[in-house]
Amino acid sequence: MKFGTEIVVLSLFAFAALVAAGFGVEGPFRQHMGVLFVAVAGFTAILLRNTDFKPAAPVDTSAYMDGPIRYGAIATVFWGVVGMLVGVIIALQLAYPHLNIQPWFNFGRLRPLHTSGVVFAFGGNALLCTSLYVVQRTCRARLLGGKLAWFVFWGYQLFIVMAATGYLLGITEAREYAEPEWYVDLWLTIVWVAYLVLFLGTILKRKEPHIYVANWFYLSFIVTIAMLHVINNLSMPASFLGSKSYSAFSGVQDALTQWWYGHNAVGFFLTAGFLGMMYYFVPKQANRPVYSYRLSIVHFWAIIFLYIWAGPHHLHYTALPDWAQTLGMAFSIMLWMPSWGGMINGLMTLSGAWDKLRTDPIIRMMVMAVAFYGMSTFEGPIMSIKTVNSLSHYTDWTIGHVHSGALGWVGMISFGAIYYMVPKLWNRERLYSLRLVTWHFWLATLGIVVYAAVMWVSGIMQGLMWREYDEQGFLVYSFAETVAAMHPFYVMRAIGGAMYLTGALLMAWNVTMTILGHQREEQPMPGSEPALRPAE
Amino acid sequence: MSYNLMREFADSWGLLAMALFFVGCIAFALRPGGKTQADQAAQIPLKDD
Repeated sequence: MKFGTEIVVLSLFAFAALVAAGFGVEGPFRQHMGVLFVAVAGFTAILLRNTDFKPAAPVDTSAYMDGPIRYGAIATVFWGVVGMLVGVIIALQLAYPHLNIQPWFNFGRLRPLHTSGVVFAFGGNALLCTSLYVVQRTCRARLLGGKLAWFVFWGYQLFIVMAATGYLLGITEAREYAEPEWYVDLWLTIVWVAYLVLFLGTILKRKEPHIYVANWFYLSFIVTIAMLHVINNLSMPASFLGSKSYSAFSGVQDALTQWWYGHNAVGFFLTAGFLGMMYYFVPKQANRPVYSYRLSIVHFWAIIFLYIWAGPHHLHYTALPDWAQTLGMAFSIMLWMPSWGGMINGLMTLSGAWDKLRTDPIIRMMVMAVAFYGMSTFEGPIMSIKTVNSLSHYTDWTIGHVHSGALGWVGMISFGAIYYMVPKLWNRERLYSLRLVTWHFWLATLGIVVYAAVMWVSGIMQGLMWREYDEQGFLVYSFAETVAAMHPFYVMRAIGGAMYLTGALLMAWNVTMTILGHQREEQPMPGSEPALRPAE
Repeated sequence: MSYNLMREFADSWGLLAMALFFVGCIAFALRPGGKTQADQAAQIPLKDD
């Protein structure tokens, strides 16, 4: 019977959720288990409707396994639009507080929905599907296991749904980028170990003797995130039928654990993983090998050895010992070198093919991503210097910095990878429209520029207002006055974000039409076809 | 095992071991004769599809 085991196991899982929904010790947990029940039972119903008793068709095990990757590409686009939409909503909430709808849609609950939505749902799915795409093609081996990849994909989607609905119900551990409570953390641990087995197992059965560098980056991302996730979420639930848990750490140790996790989530989730993407998709789209393979190895080891120590720069001027703050700062500054080495390596891959910037909007997107990688990893070390941090910390400058990295680097390289992969995955000759990619490129780029520039002005103004003393030593501005001064910048920021979201919507349209097999009749990109010349 | 003991180990032998491993990795990547192998490895993504 098709899906036989799955249906039985999922039915039991749904029943367990229903029991927990009935016996939970507090309201939000019972509601959350209700959500879990609906999600799992609904999924089981879909499997039941698609089951049959015919003998299973033989699987061609010599071909690559692209089914979960196709789903992953769609999930990336879908969650991207959702996460960015929530971002625009919370930007508007900051500008117009009346938009806070209590209690489910207030800023405090929507903000982790936005961060987790874009980082883990959009970025996570992008990493998941591209890593499985890349590892098969660079190892020349089919994914390990028959259904393991499907478990990883759907298990990860369940994690996203449970995390997102938990935030809206007010369930949170209040740990930055790790807000889901203990039971959702345990589920993610199971899924992540399966992902590690899947990825590593595929590498082990490779036919290519050398492990291509993109896989090194992907593997370091998977291993490090496993370690960070488990240690940061060591906690004791107050009840096994309740949502509340208490961290194993307290005080400044807890703060450092959180930022050791938080900064390395940036370093290994948002950087190392997406560098894996860069080292495969930029050479593929440019049809040239990476500029220097040996530089990419140096880049890898330097990132691995330096990044993990940078976290304390989030705790400058706190109860954290001074030596630890200085250590974090010193390692952050050292990170300049590998970051720029990597950026140069990505950009120089195009040397000799710079004309593609004019004719190929996908390459343009990737190059912009690498440029933003360089810019935000230039800004980050500066902000980690204690004297700069005394001005920038807790201000909008930090928000601007993280968005230049997230929208510019992570977003753009993922868009480029999606545009590259989708026609290949669905055997289409080309994308529905290259012109739409150009529109997406300009909307996204201008959106980031507006966003980052506005946040610089707003953040530096905020920092300067906070530290302004009069001649008698009193603070000049009350906190509310600094908030009022930021209003115009908040409105402009929302506009920048909305431009970026519009670009993502164009991508969703373009990808949908490509999958459906349409091709838009349009003028070719200027320069992409040799111009006809009159005979002389 | 006390905090101080771990701390002392981390900033002496631990630090030395990691620094040496790192330098070893870089030296191996840049070893003479490594270029041919690196250039072949760089072609891996371009070989198929």
